Amino acid sequence: MRMSAAALLIACLVLAGLSGAPSPARAEIEVDVNRGDIRPLPLSIPDFSGDRGGDIARVISDNLGRSGLFAPIDSGGRTAEVSTEPDFAVWKSLGAQALLNGQVNLVDGRLQVDFRLWDTFAGQQLLGLQFTSTPENWRRVAHKISDAVYERLTGEKGYFDSRVVFVSESGGRLNRTLRLAVMDQDGANPSYLTDGSEIALSPRFSASSQEITYMSLRPSGSTVYLLNLETGRRESLGQFQGMVFAPRFSPDGAQVAFAVERNGNSDIWIMNLVNRQSRRLTSDPAIDTSPAFSPDGSKVVFNSDRGGSPQLYVMDASGGGARRISFGEGRYTSPVWSPNGDHIAFTRQSGGKFHIGVMRPDGSDERTLTSSYMDEGPTWAPNSRVLLFSRQEAGGEPRLWTVDVTGRILKPAPYSSGASDPAWSPLIN
Amino acid sequence: MTRKSTLRWLPLLSAAAILGACQTTPKPATEAPKTSEAASPADSASGAGSVQPVRRPAPVTGTPLPGTVQDFVINVSDRVFFDVDQYDVREDAAVILERQAAWLKRYPAVQVRIEGNADERGTREYNIALGSRRASAVRDYLVGLGVSPSRISTVSFGKERPIDPGADDEAFRRNRNAHTAIVSGAR
Repeated sequence: MRMSAAALLIACLVLAGLSGAPSPARAEIEVDVNRGDIRPLPLSIPDFSGDRGGDIARVISDNLGRSGLFAPIDSGGRTAEVSTEPDFAVWKSLGAQALLNGQVNLVDGRLQVDFRLWDTFAGQQLLGLQFTSTPENWRRVAHKISDAVYERLTGEKGYFDSRVVFVSESGGRLNRTLRLAVMDQDGANPSYLTDGSEIALSPRFSASSQEITYMSLRPSGSTVYLLNLETGRRESLGQFQGMVFAPRFSPDGAQVAFAVERNGNSDIWIMNLVNRQSRRLTSDPAIDTSPAFSPDGSKVVFNSDRGGSPQLYVMDASGGGARRISFGEGRYTSPVWSPNGDHIAFTRQSGGKFHIGVMRPDGSDERTLTSSYMDEGPTWAPNSRVLLFSRQEAGGEPRLWTVDVTGRILKPAPYSSGASDPAWSPLIN
Repeated sequence: MTRKSTLRWLPLLSAAAILGACQTTPKPATEAPKTSEAASPADSASGAGSVQPVRRPAPVTGTPLPGTVQDFVINVSDRVFFDVDQYDVREDAAVILERQAAWLKRYPAVQVRIEGNADERGTREYNIALGSRRASAVRDYLVGLGVSPSRISTVSFGKERPIDPGADDEAFRRNRNAHTAIVSGAR
């Protein structure tokens, strides 16, 4: 769980283009992330040469394949030397429109990975870079390469060098053990953060990716904690009269918004983490909960049943001007603002089913992305293109799933045990 | 009681019926052939006369001592149920809460915790809030019947602590509840 300091020292060098062009020519191939009917781009990622070369190629291939935007093609044992221009005819004959090749070297105990991305039909190099880190950090290097390839081919930032914190669920339907866990976005390196002696719920990352806030629930009551992943240090937000739950960091990390219940009534509060002063943002007799900040920190979207059923409202982060934004059929809960500010994702319950959906922050352009017995709790990938959520079949245990913002690319997440309440970190810097 | 919950209790009821029948007529096994008009598995084994009869031990019955947790759970009932997305105390719940209040007044050292619960047909955080409303409604009702608020704490488990693992309306009905848990002071 502890991040190696060396992990943050990934050096990046642009390799000189072999074709002689100092900067990559405009690609003829392009992947449009906005089109729902997209055909995934066939690309080939043969094993990189050198130690860990096959592992690195496989992690990249799995990342890009899982996005649904790319279709990795089996290279049939073929390799491609990174020091010479590839034989494009060979890769074209396999059906690959793009080729990613690379080589791994150990230089003075450091892992050095050179890689190049090619447009096989145009015969052009699109990218040539070198990443350096510690040898044990090879997976992270593979994620950084995945992000570089994704960005070069889609024009959008990637999301592979990121982590997910979630609630691990085990032990059957009664008396489940609910404990906090964290893993890389591809399911690698899972580790538990709490021991399961108390129920842990609704974890959320800070913008730094190094701190989370979550709710702990015991028979004696609830506590909201801040937990530093790097140091393992945990501190409570303090004692409250009733239940305290649903914590979220402000985008600058200086505040936490959460819900506090008094005499059965839940309202939204905000705490300044510097001076520990709390302020109440709502004072309605209805249930107000699940606050989420806009990325600029100026607004808060939240859940309230003040209109008779649970719906979504947006208010100023100072507490005023609440206005309803959900008007479709059913009950709306668990809103979360996209990192780019364009959308609010939510859970909608209607027709005996639960759905993940998105709408504009003003409530327009609502789209339903998923539907099942129980889909719940969406969280955004750092590039605002993919949502992670939990899905539970009737009588089953919840699992993590992903769906892209168009709703066309729906897949089980690469973690196959009981899990719920995921929260995606920002890109790790 | 609905059909399903009756079925759930059926094995227990029939076991009790069997025990009860045995208790009233503790006969030596050698006498079994006399009642063999009704076919029973014992008949087929009764051909050999060499088996020695063993007297069945006398039954022991139990009942909770007054003022114990078991007394409260069995004779009073420690759980009341709610309608979908509601937190007002229903008539059937009011009857139970009146019994709870009377019992709590009889045993003034007892401290209780009201645990609000919700079914799984809602999202996690909303259900925490809903469970809080239910726990608070029960607390208020007991206080209205004269139980000191200083004896009652509340908590919500949302949908995280169901008592029925099912995924049907009957399970949801059972999981929408407030549980009165005795924290201390029982005899």
